[in-house]
Amino acid sequence: MARAAVLGRLSWRVADVVDIVEETSTARSLILDVPDWPGHRPGQHVDLRLTAEDGYTAQRSYSISSAPDGGRVELTVQRVEDGEVSPYLVDVVEPGDRFEVRGPVGGYFVWDPDDPAPVLLVAGGSGVVPLMAMIRTRAARGSPAPFRLIYSSRTPGTGVYRQELRVRAESNPGLEVAFAFTRVPSTATDAGRRRVGTDRLRESGWPPDLGPTCFVCGPTGFVESISRLLVDAGHDPARVLTERFGPTGG
Amino acid sequence: MGIVSRGFGGRRSSRAVNLPPGQYLVEDFPVLSAGPTPLVNLGSWTFTVRSETGEAQEWNWAQFLALPHESITVDLHCVTKWSKLGTAWEGVSLDTLLSDVASSAEFVLVSAYGGYTTNLPLEDLLDGKAWVADRYDGEALSPEHGGPARLLVPHLYLWKSAKWVRDIQLLNNDEPGFWESVGYHNYGDPWREQRYWGD
Repeated sequence: MARAAVLGRLSWRVADVVDIVEETSTARSLILDVPDWPGHRPGQHVDLRLTAEDGYTAQRSYSISSAPDGGRVELTVQRVEDGEVSPYLVDVVEPGDRFEVRGPVGGYFVWDPDDPAPVLLVAGGSGVVPLMAMIRTRAARGSPAPFRLIYSSRTPGTGVYRQELRVRAESNPGLEVAFAFTRVPSTATDAGRRRVGTDRLRESGWPPDLGPTCFVCGPTGFVESISRLLVDAGHDPARVLTERFGPTGG
Repeated sequence: MGIVSRGFGGRRSSRAVNLPPGQYLVEDFPVLSAGPTPLVNLGSWTFTVRSETGEAQEWNWAQFLALPHESITVDLHCVTKWSKLGTAWEGVSLDTLLSDVASSAEFVLVSAYGGYTTNLPLEDLLDGKAWVADRYDGEALSPEHGGPARLLVPHLYLWKSAKWVRDIQLLNNDEPGFWESVGYHNYGDPWREQRYWGD
C-alpha cells in the first residue's frame, strides 16, 4: 500500500483564486495559486478554511482534481444544498478572492504513478474529482498503466469534466472512459445508460486475475454497492480502495 | 485570526452547542471507511484481548452478548470535520473486557476485520472511556457503521473507534495504526484539534 510523504506540520497557507471553470450548474473548479505548496499525490485532499469578518471560521475537506503542478492546485466543488461552505465556493467566490488551505491530506486513497498495474476507477457523481487527479497525473507523467474509468452520474448534464474526459479518451493511449446515467428517459436505448452493476463492472472494468487496483469514490450507498460487487467478483478487498462522500451539509 | 474571505458570512448554528475547533454539526450519520465493508459472520466472530506476553482471552458472539452491557450517549467527532451529538449506543465497557488481563503495557494496537488498525494509549480505553459497541440507536449495529461490533472511544477522533473490531493487542511500545502511519495524528484529541502529524 502506498505510504504518504506527508511529513511534519501541515500549516495553513493562503490560496489565491486565479481562475474558475464552471463545470455544471452546481459545480465549479477553482484554480488556486498556493505559494510554497509542498506538492501532492493524486487522490489527496485539502482542508479549506473560510473566515468571516467577525472571526467565525468554517472548515471542510475538498479533493484535489489537478495533477501536481508547482503551486497550482485545482479543487472541484459540488454545491450541497443548504450547505455552509460549498454554496459560497460555487456561487460567490471570484478570481482574486483568497482563503486558506492546508494539505495535502490523506495517504491511502492515492495512486502511485510508478505502479504499472492496471487501474479501475469507478466514480459516482462528484466522486470523480480525486479520480480526475489520477487521470491527469497519468497523462502528465506519461505512465503506461492502463486506466479504465466508469463514471456514473444522474444525467449527462450533471457530470463534470465530460468534455475533457472525451478528449482524453481519444488522445490518451490506454485510457478508456465509460459513462453511465442513472436518471435518463426510459426510451433511451444507449446500452451505457443504466446504473452500474455487475455486468457493467465486468464489461468496462478489469478481470480480477489481472490484479488491478480499484479506486471507488462517490456517495456512501454507491461506494458500498460497487465495492461489494467488486469483492464478490473476485477482486482482492485490499486492492479496492474507497472514498465515501457522506451527505453532510458541506 | 486567518484572512477574511470576502463575502463569507457563515451560518452559525441556532443551537447553543460547543463543538471542538474546526468541527461542524451534522444530523445524519456519515460513513467513512477505508475499503469495502467486510461482512462478518456472527457464527465465526470472535473478539480477542491479547497481553504483551501473548496471554489471550477470547469471546465468541454468544459469550460477548452475555457480558454486562451499558447504555452510552456520547458525541462523535470525525476528523473530516463533522460532529454528531447525543448518539445512543449499547456496548461492553473495556474495563470489563480488560479486567482479567494481567499487563504492564501502556499501549494497544486495535485490529479489525478487513485489516484496519489503530493505536491508542491503554489508559484511553480504561475508566469508563471506551466500549465495544454492538447496538446503535436501539438496533443491532449495521455493517456500514461497524457491525457486528465496533470500538467506541468518543473522546478521540472517530477513526480511533475501529469498526468491525476483532482484537486488541497490548504493547509495551507504541505502534502506529493505519491512518496514524499516513499522516494522521498519533493521539487525535478533537478538543486540541490533533488532526495530522505535528498538530
